[in-house]
Amino acid sequence: MDRILYELTESVRIAMAQVRANKMRSALTGLGVIIGIVAVTLMGTAIRGIDIGFNKSLAMLGDDIVYVQKWPWGNVEDWWNYVDRPPMKPEDAVALNRIFDGTVNSQLQLAVFSDARQIAVKAGGESVSGVYTTGANADFSQILVADFEEGRMYTATESDAARQVCVLGFDVAHALFPGRSAVNQTVIVQGQPFTVIGVLVKQGSFLGLFSMDNQMIVPLGAYRKYFGIRDDNTQIQVKVKDKLKLQEAREELTGALRRVRGLAPGERDNFSLNGGDGFKKQLDPIKQGIAFAGLFITGLSLFVGAIGIMNITFVSVRERTKEIGTRKALGARRRTILLQFLIEAVSICAAGGVVGLGVTYGLCLGVKTAMPSFPLEFSVSLVATSMIVAIATGIISGFVPALGASRLDPVVALRYE
Amino acid sequence: MTPPAPVESRTVRPVGPLVISIEGVTKLYHMGDETIHALRGVSLEIHRNEYLAIMGPSGSGKSTLMNMLGCLDTPTSGKYEFSGQNVASMVDDELADIRNREIGFVFQTFNLLARSDALKNVELPLIYAGLPPQVRHERATAALESVGLGNRVHHKPNELSGGQRQRVAIARALVNRPSIILADEPTGNLDSKTGVEIMELFEDLYEKGNTLIVVTHEESIARHARRIIRLRDGLIESDGPVD
Repeated sequence: MDRILYELTESVRIAMAQVRANKMRSALTGLGVIIGIVAVTLMGTAIRGIDIGFNKSLAMLGDDIVYVQKWPWGNVEDWWNYVDRPPMKPEDAVALNRIFDGTVNSQLQLAVFSDARQIAVKAGGESVSGVYTTGANADFSQILVADFEEGRMYTATESDAARQVCVLGFDVAHALFPGRSAVNQTVIVQGQPFTVIGVLVKQGSFLGLFSMDNQMIVPLGAYRKYFGIRDDNTQIQVKVKDKLKLQEAREELTGALRRVRGLAPGERDNFSLNGGDGFKKQLDPIKQGIAFAGLFITGLSLFVGAIGIMNITFVSVRERTKEIGTRKALGARRRTILLQFLIEAVSICAAGGVVGLGVTYGLCLGVKTAMPSFPLEFSVSLVATSMIVAIATGIISGFVPALGASRLDPVVALRYE
Repeated sequence: MTPPAPVESRTVRPVGPLVISIEGVTKLYHMGDETIHALRGVSLEIHRNEYLAIMGPSGSGKSTLMNMLGCLDTPTSGKYEFSGQNVASMVDDELADIRNREIGFVFQTFNLLARSDALKNVELPLIYAGLPPQVRHERATAALESVGLGNRVHHKPNELSGGQRQRVAIARALVNRPSIILADEPTGNLDSKTGVEIMELFEDLYEKGNTLIVVTHEESIARHARRIIRLRDGLIESDGPVD
């Protein structure tokens, strides 16, 4: 046991001396590994960044909210199966809530009807177009994922009375009222004045596609009165009591909806239950595809680095054939020689890994300061993974030449010039 | 080159127990279609406290016999026992262990590790023997002192003269207290004056009870030994004491 330890120490010492003696060669070989590690770890940070951004976006939808709509999310090829479905109606939400209340141990908490469209909003000389305006009653506050930056949600009384009040998204509020509070100010929507009673905190964009901060929420009564309800866009958002029992809740909801819609057994559902988890199912394969392709392509550069290591180990074995013979004559076993060359290859790879990680870290910091929205995420697990990858690269690429060295015939090796 | 006259006063130590016993050893090499009979049936015995020279022209099987004696190679057929152990049937790592414990090598080209100082070079066999650092340090230092290099322990090979390098190599051969010291043309890369010094060191080692085998093609070197074995065409031509 001690012997292995002494041999290891000796091997490390020799490897260090060897690297020092061939600085240029080791540096160039290490560079191959560095480039490989930088490429792979950068890809890793990007994949992780995308993942985190994606999860953040999904959280905006609410992980305990089921969206009941006429159309399913995502692409529909058999549109004719959906086009004739009845739209969601405010009465449906009322009926659903009655069923939830009447069900023992219901997994469903609340159903809220809403309609939405994009409308221009003005105040003073400023105007914001395409504001995603939702009309819903006061219960919508329980569906809302975002917190309030200031102000509040309208009350049930205000909602039921169809008061002309509104809650603004962060960007809308700050565009219309730059540098001052929007609360208690008046905005004009399609010629109608609405009093701002609340502003939401900044949420960012959903999958980088559309901004969650470019929105406005008004009481359903006022929405219906001035903008009208368009059947195709209506939805009922249902809040689930326990997000861990989402599947159970969806089954219960399907049953409740079929009752409300009066569907006979055997008739197909004429509504779609949408939500973040469905999105996830659709996007996961794409995400995995990106990750796989990205890691494969960047892995190629690491592979080139590994070839460099293998090559240099072959050269090293060749150069030191006589030394190998001498060591064997003095009593080095196969294992000793194998270890010595493996450690040399691994040292170069490990050093390359450390430098590569440093470079990646620097690049991440640089990118983060220059483009804060760019999805890069440096992590401890990345450090561990890339060091393991670097060391594994050393072992794998050093193994064949090191094995060759360990099996050299001492007589032949001693005679080698 | 005239052989020096044997020194009148030199001692012949009584031989000790049997160390090496070789019987009917042959070695075949295959070079393409050709089969080379390097050894054609060699038998000899070597005892402790012997000082032996092996001579022969190139192609006589001298190097092959040396590799065999040094457990670097195994015979094609025949019997080889080293201190009672059957070497002929040993595998690589067993041979490595027996070389480490029983044999000290001295090479014509010194074969020191260029990037290690004298002390580290001498410690190498002790590392393979699994000895702890402080024991290695003590024994390596003592070995270097015994060859007169106590003041050169931290010199690298390129900071030493040829004779000093060979002394480091001899210290390395001695350090693990082997049964035999096997020297292959130990003066081949040295000038004659330094060569004489190295042979004096060998004489000294012999006096102290070491067993020496010197392989050489130089009569003058061989005559330092007490017994000379001459090889020709893979067979022992003569084996006897130095007259």
